Amino acid sequence: MQVGHRMCAGCGAPPIVNQVLRALKDEDNAVVSCATGCLEVSTCIYPYTSWRNVSFVHTAFECTSATLSGAERAYIALKRQGKLNKDKTTKFIAFGGDGGTLDIGLQSLSGAMERGHDITYVCYDNGAYMNTGTQRSSSTPHFADTTTSPAGKVTNGKMQKRKDLTEIMVRHNLPYVAQTALYGNLKDLYEKAEKAIYTNGPTYVSVLSPCPRGWGYPSDDLAIVSKLAVDTCFWPLYEIENGVYKITVKPAKKLPVEEFLKTQHRFKHLFKPENKWMIDEIQKEVDEKWNYLLMMEEKTANS
Amino acid sequence: MSIRERLSGNEAVATAMKQINPDVVAAYPITPSTEVVQYFSNFVANGTVDTEFIPVESEHSAMSACIGASSAGGRVMSATSSQGLALMFEMLYIASGLRLPLVLICANRALSAPLNIHNDHSDSMGVRDAGFIQLYCESNQEAYDNAIMAVKIAEQANLPVMVCYDGFITSHSIENIELLENEEVQKFVGKHEPHEYLLDESRNISIGPLDLQKDYFTHRIKIAEAMKAAKPIIKKVSEEYAKLTGRKYDLYEKYMLDDAEYGIVVLNSTAGTAKDVIDELRKQGIKAGLLKPRAFRPLPYEEIPNELKHLKALAIMDKSDSINGFCGPLFSEITASMYSQNVHVPTVNYIYGLGGYDVKADDIKEVYSNLQEIAQSKGNYEIKHYLGINYGGENDGI
Repeated sequence: MQVGHRMCAGCGAPPIVNQVLRALKDEDNAVVSCATGCLEVSTCIYPYTSWRNVSFVHTAFECTSATLSGAERAYIALKRQGKLNKDKTTKFIAFGGDGGTLDIGLQSLSGAMERGHDITYVCYDNGAYMNTGTQRSSSTPHFADTTTSPAGKVTNGKMQKRKDLTEIMVRHNLPYVAQTALYGNLKDLYEKAEKAIYTNGPTYVSVLSPCPRGWGYPSDDLAIVSKLAVDTCFWPLYEIENGVYKITVKPAKKLPVEEFLKTQHRFKHLFKPENKWMIDEIQKEVDEKWNYLLMMEEKTANS
Repeated sequence: MSIRERLSGNEAVATAMKQINPDVVAAYPITPSTEVVQYFSNFVANGTVDTEFIPVESEHSAMSACIGASSAGGRVMSATSSQGLALMFEMLYIASGLRLPLVLICANRALSAPLNIHNDHSDSMGVRDAGFIQLYCESNQEAYDNAIMAVKIAEQANLPVMVCYDGFITSHSIENIELLENEEVQKFVGKHEPHEYLLDESRNISIGPLDLQKDYFTHRIKIAEAMKAAKPIIKKVSEEYAKLTGRKYDLYEKYMLDDAEYGIVVLNSTAGTAKDVIDELRKQGIKAGLLKPRAFRPLPYEEIPNELKHLKALAIMDKSDSINGFCGPLFSEITASMYSQNVHVPTVNYIYGLGGYDVKADDIKEVYSNLQEIAQSKGNYEIKHYLGINYGGENDGI
């Protein structure tokens, strides 16, 4: 992305987008479709655009997958008719936040994935509707404080668990599904983006995208918060290639989840002594998912 | 060489689409336009067209995929009705806002609730401000002709076009029709050469930005001006089409109107019924006439009043109701046009045929009979009427 975009300091989305697009070969073109959201409203304000090295299209909130699927079919049609250079390749990449992906955009995403378009969908998942001021989404973590699931006297933040879209995407029988984060030197993200973009067919990549305003952490701490999400296994890094699970980062020492939770204001109420059960609950959920992934990795290894 | 055929309205439109051979068709089936998608899927399955067909999971995605394909540089078409069009609502504004020349076929059908699959114009009238050029069709022939002309109009106006014809009445009735040869259609529509498109290999572009206040206002004015500028484009394309086919189209059609004393304004297939009634009334010495708008968007607001100014009384007939406590949309717009042109004729509004309720010749006769009374009434008449139905008040029927 071009310098001068208006995303917040300490937001995960710009480095995610840059790293994904870095995986695009220099000789290839790309059409990027963006759901309405922070990324879109901060990178393409008329008459400016931050999308200099790709073509960019934004239509509405819930339909970035359908929009991109139309562009991809036009590419096939025009190429077949010889209207485009036959030696040149264009790739199709969608970016959506968790609202535009897990909630309002789920139908459009599911439809496009089922139809088998050669597109890569990247969800930058910050776990709430950040563009409108941190309202809950189905990706908001259990017990997180948001403006529509506030930690109050009767309820304790979001009362439901996260929707696991990565697994839902796996059940669409996609050739490649991955979950990643801004971890270490970003190698994990780069490699998964490259695999996703250059795997034939529909692919899905879920990337944890910390949000300093919605999560409540100092903007300098983006890398620290991201790393703790992985090291606590709150956000496991794994991929599913043709049904085969592989955990790509196994922390040498799996930290307790509170190491991640305590870095953010949205979990502040969990640290009252009477609320310790909530941290225990989250730890239990994290362990269950981690054990599930270990089991799936073993089970699918020789399939 | 024209080909004589007998086709339903849907088959005629699907045939036009086959002959246009668009790059992408994205559609979701809905009664009564479903057949268009079915016929077209067969053309794709048999390799009769080069089109990429996207069988999307909803009409919202249909219009979104059309927008994606059109902004990528493709020639794009779709078909829908009723709830499908309503579900597209958000995306229709985006198609026109992005100035994409796609063509949407609309087999008109009532909107829920209550659920009803039959014809009225609630669907296309509900999206009348979405920035689509709207062409209305009386017959299968007109649906076929307008579908072909729509492509060229859209690409010259840089606005999307909606081709509307009556569900079941036109979509499913078989009529004699004259078709063009495939090559003639191909030559008529020509190559699609967009100026700016996503797949342009020579440069990257961004489509669909956020506009702040002044830019938004400016862009909206440009869309409105483009709609106004579409009038001469429609006329020019129609003249070219007349040279090819002998079938003449304008922004509206007049029938026995120039010397008429009593006129009605009516859209689509009901105009056919009205023409029969006019023939009969004329034999009785009653000077009845009719004006049938073809283009409702853009609205011929300068031309239509001029055609109506000599009338003693006028009925504007709406096959949809605005639920505004007053009148239907055609009445609002035509009377506003008349006022703007300083044309003052006693004018009433008839709401007719909602949910496909039959409109018979006798009903149209009743309209003309009432118009004769209105002409004598010295201003003492009801503005709004429901045609052919005895509505007994709030507790009626149910």
